[in-house]
Amino acid sequence: MQKYDALIVGGGHNGLVTACYLQRSGLNVLVVEKNGWVGGAATSRELTPGFLYSNCSYVCSLFRPEIMRDLELPKHGLQVISYEGGAVFTRDGDYLASYRDHDSHRREFARYSKRDAEAYERYARDVTRQCRFIQPLLMRTAPDPFGFRPRDISELLYLAKKFGEFSPHEMAETLRFWTMSISDFLDEYFETDVIKAYLALSGIIGTALGPMSPGTAYVLLHHYMGEVDGSVGAWGYARGGMGAVTQALSRSFQASGGTIRTDAEVAKILTRGGRTTGVVLANGDEVRANLVVSNADVKRTFLKLVEETDLPGDFVHRVKHFKMRGSSGKVNIALDSLPEFPALPDGSNCIRGDMHFTDSIERMERGYDDWKAGCWSADPFLDMMIPTLLDPTMTSPGKHFMSCFVQYCPPKVEGRDWTDADRDAFAETVISQIADYSPGFRDRIVHMEVRTPREIEAEVGLTEGNIFQGELTFDQLLFNRPVPGYAQYRSPIHGLYMCGSSTHPGGGVMGAPGRNAAAEILRDLKRVPEQMSKAHDVI
Amino acid sequence: MNAMTKSAADLRRAARDHIRLPRLETPFHDRLMAISEVNDWYNWAGYKAPHSLTDGELEYFAIRSTAALFDISPMVKYHIAGPDAERYLNRLTLRDVRKLGLNRVHYTAWCDDHGHVLDDGTLFRLGEQEFRLCCQERHLPWLVDSAFGFTVDIREETEEIAGLALQGPTSYAVLRDAGFVGAEKLKPFDIATFPHEGGEVTISRTGFTGDLGYELFVPRAKALSLWDRLWAAGETHAIRAIGYGALNQTRIEAGFIVANADFMTAEAALRADRVRMPDEIGLEWLVDPDKPNFNGRRAILDARRNQTLKHILVGLEIEGNISAEHAIVYHRQKHEAGLVTAAIWSPTAKRNIAIASLERPYGSKFTGNLWVEIYALRELKYQKMMKRAKIVPRPFVKLARRTATPPGLK
Repeated sequence: MQKYDALIVGGGHNGLVTACYLQRSGLNVLVVEKNGWVGGAATSRELTPGFLYSNCSYVCSLFRPEIMRDLELPKHGLQVISYEGGAVFTRDGDYLASYRDHDSHRREFARYSKRDAEAYERYARDVTRQCRFIQPLLMRTAPDPFGFRPRDISELLYLAKKFGEFSPHEMAETLRFWTMSISDFLDEYFETDVIKAYLALSGIIGTALGPMSPGTAYVLLHHYMGEVDGSVGAWGYARGGMGAVTQALSRSFQASGGTIRTDAEVAKILTRGGRTTGVVLANGDEVRANLVVSNADVKRTFLKLVEETDLPGDFVHRVKHFKMRGSSGKVNIALDSLPEFPALPDGSNCIRGDMHFTDSIERMERGYDDWKAGCWSADPFLDMMIPTLLDPTMTSPGKHFMSCFVQYCPPKVEGRDWTDADRDAFAETVISQIADYSPGFRDRIVHMEVRTPREIEAEVGLTEGNIFQGELTFDQLLFNRPVPGYAQYRSPIHGLYMCGSSTHPGGGVMGAPGRNAAAEILRDLKRVPEQMSKAHDVI
Repeated sequence: MNAMTKSAADLRRAARDHIRLPRLETPFHDRLMAISEVNDWYNWAGYKAPHSLTDGELEYFAIRSTAALFDISPMVKYHIAGPDAERYLNRLTLRDVRKLGLNRVHYTAWCDDHGHVLDDGTLFRLGEQEFRLCCQERHLPWLVDSAFGFTVDIREETEEIAGLALQGPTSYAVLRDAGFVGAEKLKPFDIATFPHEGGEVTISRTGFTGDLGYELFVPRAKALSLWDRLWAAGETHAIRAIGYGALNQTRIEAGFIVANADFMTAEAALRADRVRMPDEIGLEWLVDPDKPNFNGRRAILDARRNQTLKHILVGLEIEGNISAEHAIVYHRQKHEAGLVTAAIWSPTAKRNIAIASLERPYGSKFTGNLWVEIYALRELKYQKMMKRAKIVPRPFVKLARRTATPPGLK
């Protein structure tokens, strides 16, 4: 039986990133994926003839350019294109648009408040300052304060030094930023409801917290620290849908000699004497490997794939209490024509960006109240995009794919499992919200895929359908992600590593956890990570 | 919904089409467009503004030899009025506003709590309780938040007020022939109003060129008629419309600094070490420690007392004739001492001049043996030069006609 140097459990983007780096470093790597396709939550799937769906993640900004370059992803077909603008529709028939042009953006805000228009500059400066602080941390392994090895001490010193570059005033700002609610934070800059609602979106996406919950200001930062070609905070589309990211990764992996097995679900990670020896697949096949890297989330990995008895009790306790709460769903729609939004002027660019209908923080918070009560939001928050306006590869001309990210959506409905009827009722709240602003919308629908946390967990494997493999709250970041003492991609079992978004620096299609995990594995193997370029400087 | 909010919503809706014109056109745009031969526009605070209209070099000589007309409408303008306006502005800005007489203008600056400069600008006292603040950047939240406890009304009026700078040796002659009777009485930094088209034009003897010159402000609707009035009167005085390129040359000669070009404003700076105190950008003379408390006072005085000021802004005269824009300044040709923020060969002074930001003690304690490293790109090759630089006082060009009252006619 063939024995691999490394086996990756799960072909999501982080698993593939780790696989690529390890394979390029001379290891013989196998990726096993339970689905018939790779991609995890970064996929493009033809769910109805003639329409390609970005049916999980749907926009790209966080994916690290260092990884695209190291792994030659452009050569393997990856293109990321910037998109422009966006809008929040208001209940009085107006809208608040966002524009890429600085002055147009200011003048749009000035329609609502001249003060807010001019406050945007200070807001953008403060957020950018915080992003500049965090960006260099993404591609570094978090220090382990439990370890006290020279490396951990030097990483702690690095953190302290980065922090020390701030003035005392900025340090105070950082601490506030990492712990405040996005609502409180925005109140310090703005007075207009719809402006605050628009800016608060990034503070709640993927998070089982409301805009008034402490910790949501950091979630906003997490969404701002990406870039498209150096334009920090910008978002773009992967041409061909988000599957283009993982397709390029898998081509790069295979081109360097790596092997992928699809339809190969891992049933158990095998261990002997506190050391992993490989995996056993659902079909009973055993695959042996010197080391196993799990791209699955920390709960799935350690509560389902590893025998609890092989793990320290405290570790299991921590994993069980790692917060991974499903909070969102997805409605993916194929349309036979472009929807109209009469509130927008003819030819408006807004339709090419992200669109929303939640025009106040209070409405957003009420949506969260429903989630706490165990229901999906009666008046949900939507992050809606039509990538086919800029990407001609996903469907034929004139037809469109629309991606609707929907929040809030609980992992269980009033404590019981989702039913198909629940799912259809959930979809109806979404469609009826869109139809309120877009007459004739229903008639344009050719096909629709509705994904509640139930579907996301069943297909992608994300526990509770949590898109970040664990909440991005301060108690679960840096050396506390996912478990204190195990923040450096290693686990209590020798040879078993983690590389998914449950690890530092967290979720989003970023690839940084996968790359950092590969760096740690190579370090353990005493190999120089020659294939890994340095993280880009933040100057 | 009551009538008031309905009209606010209607106004908001009516403004939606701003996106059809992403670059605003100034109130004088029709005239500029008609004159522009080169279509050399740039973005000035969201407005389409000319970098040059016909020929930048000839435009420069219009400022220094005849009369130049420059559209300053994009300058950000705030109207500040109320019983506490003077007290408020005295708290906000560095200079003593109590000393600013009615119908007078002064150049000033304002700082955040840490004494870092937020912007510089001109403060016009239009009435006992009425002021206009003109500046480069936008500050409405800062101005409004600073008004806590003061009875004062603050209104942004950039789009409503059209502004024109009329500068150069024949600028007064243009005003006289345009029928602005009494303009001859204006001393530097004086303001007066004159009738125009059933309304008023406010004229101040101010400018950014270091030459004889005036700035004229009218409500937007009267802009074109004001332009035409000056243009007609200016014909025999060789009036010429100019773009920013020419104006920038004269402002460097006059030794004036530009926010976010010669220094970073505190609200724009992303990097903590880029902010500047007044004493670090040559504005120490604005700080009045004897007036009542003002924002940044304690930090500024502490920095002076503790000698923690890190930078200094100096005027440089550089050997040779190659402009040293953005060159690195060295001490003894080896220790990096700072950066040139603006530089030109001055056609009027016939000297190679520059404004530079140096890191103390260079420029304060070590004032000699300074050099600039110039990389001149000539036909796809850098000609590298190390040129001697000497600290000299600003302005580089001082013209008697700037202050002569009554003003000369040529």
